[in-house]
Amino acid sequence: MGTKLNSAAAGTANYVDERTSIGGFVKFFARKLFPDHWSFMLGEIALYSFIVLLLSGVFLTAFFVPSMTEVHYEGPFETMHGVAMTEAFASTLKTSFEVPGGLLIRQIHHWAALLFLAAIMTHMCRVFFTGAFRKPRELNWLVGFTLMILGLAAGFSGYSLPDDVLSGNGLRIIDGVVKSIPLIGSYISYWMFGGEYPGVDIIPRLFTMHILLVPGLILALIALHLFLVFLHKHTQYPGGGKSHKNVVGLPLFPVYTAKAGGFFFVVFGIIALVASVFTINPVWNYGPYDPSPVSAGTQPDWYILFVDGALRLMPGWIAGVFPLEWELWGYTLSWNILIPAVIVPGIFFAIIALYPWLEAWATGDKGERHVLDRPRNVPVRTGIGVAMISFYVILVIEGSNDIVANLFHLSLNDITIFFQWGIFIIPPLAFWITKRICLGLQRKDRELVLHGHETGTIVRYDHGEYVEVHRPLDEQEVWLRVSYDNHKPLEIEPELNDHGVARKGYRWDRFKQRLSRFYFEERVEPVTPEELEEARHHHDSHGAHEAAEAEESGERLDSEWEELEDGAKR
Amino acid sequence: MHAIARRRHHRAAPLLLVLALLALITGVAAVAAPSAATASTEASADDVAAGERLFAANCASCHGLDAQGQDGVAPSLVGVGAAAVDFQVGTGRMPMQASGPQAPAKPVQFDQDEINQLAAWVASLGAGPAIPTPEQVDPALGDAANGMLVFRTNCAMCHGSIGGGGALTQGKFAPSLLETTPEHIYEAMLTGPQSMPVFNDANITPEHKRDVIAYLDFQSNGSPGGLSLGAIGPVSEGLWAWLILLGLIIASTIWVGARSS
Repeated sequence: MGTKLNSAAAGTANYVDERTSIGGFVKFFARKLFPDHWSFMLGEIALYSFIVLLLSGVFLTAFFVPSMTEVHYEGPFETMHGVAMTEAFASTLKTSFEVPGGLLIRQIHHWAALLFLAAIMTHMCRVFFTGAFRKPRELNWLVGFTLMILGLAAGFSGYSLPDDVLSGNGLRIIDGVVKSIPLIGSYISYWMFGGEYPGVDIIPRLFTMHILLVPGLILALIALHLFLVFLHKHTQYPGGGKSHKNVVGLPLFPVYTAKAGGFFFVVFGIIALVASVFTINPVWNYGPYDPSPVSAGTQPDWYILFVDGALRLMPGWIAGVFPLEWELWGYTLSWNILIPAVIVPGIFFAIIALYPWLEAWATGDKGERHVLDRPRNVPVRTGIGVAMISFYVILVIEGSNDIVANLFHLSLNDITIFFQWGIFIIPPLAFWITKRICLGLQRKDRELVLHGHETGTIVRYDHGEYVEVHRPLDEQEVWLRVSYDNHKPLEIEPELNDHGVARKGYRWDRFKQRLSRFYFEERVEPVTPEELEEARHHHDSHGAHEAAEAEESGERLDSEWEELEDGAKR
Repeated sequence: MHAIARRRHHRAAPLLLVLALLALITGVAAVAAPSAATASTEASADDVAAGERLFAANCASCHGLDAQGQDGVAPSLVGVGAAAVDFQVGTGRMPMQASGPQAPAKPVQFDQDEINQLAAWVASLGAGPAIPTPEQVDPALGDAANGMLVFRTNCAMCHGSIGGGGALTQGKFAPSLLETTPEHIYEAMLTGPQSMPVFNDANITPEHKRDVIAYLDFQSNGSPGGLSLGAIGPVSEGLWAWLILLGLIIASTIWVGARSS
């Protein structure tokens, strides 16, 4: 039976291979090595939640009607009886209450969307803090960044489709943001909505964007993203035997195919579990869209909260005297919308997108980097990352300021005033604290390498001196702590050449040098082999004696302890 | 014509007019005030007297013995009606425990008889809204769909889409309505406690008030989608997505990743 099956499988494989010569590819991919670490699966979570989104989304398109035609509700949900609504909203209610399993699939879709973006951002943080964006992966960082932006677009367009009060208010804010763009803003708004907001075109347009354009782009870029991962080979965490020229890991087949295949079902299962237990986006509470009501707790999904938070943070007047809404030649210029909703997010995202090049200028490093950094070994990068996260988190908290105020019995106004100052103070503080912690950890590493682990064993010599016994680190531990890139600030050629003439490109070099100083002026040198040798020598002459004595006294203690135990038993 | 004009300029005319006005006011008050008080609570003179004693012992330190209030401390209660007392004392908001942005609901300090006595006394001070009848607040008689429309136009901006509650300025808040009794919801609309505006019968008719009660009562069926996460919107959903969803999955990545290597 078994052999029959095997020969049938072999026959089929042979049939396919003879016609496609796919065998070579399979062999190549199956033998591809991947290093193992849980944090390498964060991107996989994003991929799998996207697959869940596609599967559940196909189901939902079978029932959703992307139309703004007005109907009166005739379904079973009591609080909507006879209420006027668009077909989009009515079909969402129908999917929820009349299609078997419809509500579960809707909730799976929405939870998967929240997870998709959370996983993308966590994955980005992992890549950032370990320096996995360095050469040759800068372009793949950019691809990933674009995927994140497309994820935001997919999320927001989907959030708006049911045409409930919540999503309508979200669209209204986007409309306001678009209109704040000078000169062309109102034209873009008219173009988007097919006339004055809200019009009757926006839902069908968003639908096409949500189910065709954006997912198509995401799929294409995911393919490119994964292709580049294969092309570059996967990065690996530092450790003995791992270098920029090798990959230490396990083959894709059978280990990772099994792991990854199983992991898909873990992700799908957990999403389904959460979706079956927790309500998400209860549109039947919000009711059909009507531009007049806005309920408390009106917020976008979490990944857009930072824009809402920036808008809530922005004062209309600075110190009550300087207005941020100008009227110039009869036109209104709303800095109070433009700055928080367009300029600040624009700069924030630009920094994220271009970061790999920024750091490459500072290091002046032209080599390929396949071994990851430990975050502590690049204190300035880690500090920048934490500062940016704190900036983002402040905006998210401010975006939920009413919920926070209610939950903790705080004053809404005080929270806003606190963060209006905090947005300028907290990120630099977070940068400084993180950098100090990183440098401290590096010093601790040096200390460990040179002096070994504390054993907690105290030895007293005959002449009365107390000494603590240190156990030297093993080879792996030492490797991890000494073999990192030790960048020094860039040295550049002088401004004037031999003939006393100003050198071309000096200003650019000087910019790079300043950047480099910012990064590497303050640093902790890794232990050199000479220092290590010297420390070991020092310890041997002194430590061997120590250790021998300690062992002896340890044994003595052990025997005394046993005697005591025996006594207790008796 | 002349006669009328002459009489109009008669010296006694202003006095007569004032007397007529006084008679009218007392007459109306005599007809209207007792009926408002008796209609709902059927307060006896004993109740009023007992209410006065309770008031003097528990409320007068802020509102004053005559319930006229004190500037900057407590408002006058003349004319607030029995409904206001039943709401404020019946939800434990009064007597207030400590001064703060607003008086929060807390365990009720009096039984319903005592609350009725207090209400009777306060109602006897001046005409005001009465405690609603059971029929006025019966959710079964209301139209929940119309209640949804009324609620989201008038109430949801502070109390949230289904009454889960929300923040106001300076530490004040609109409380959750999910545990509030129909009587108290009705009374709150009628009397506008604390930061809440008054929704009188010209603003929201008694029938529409009952529809609102029916809409809020419908929420006790729970969410069709499972646990409601506080019914406060996407913020709690986002928090849950990070903590529970991503948390569980990352925990399993660590479990999957820990196996080999």
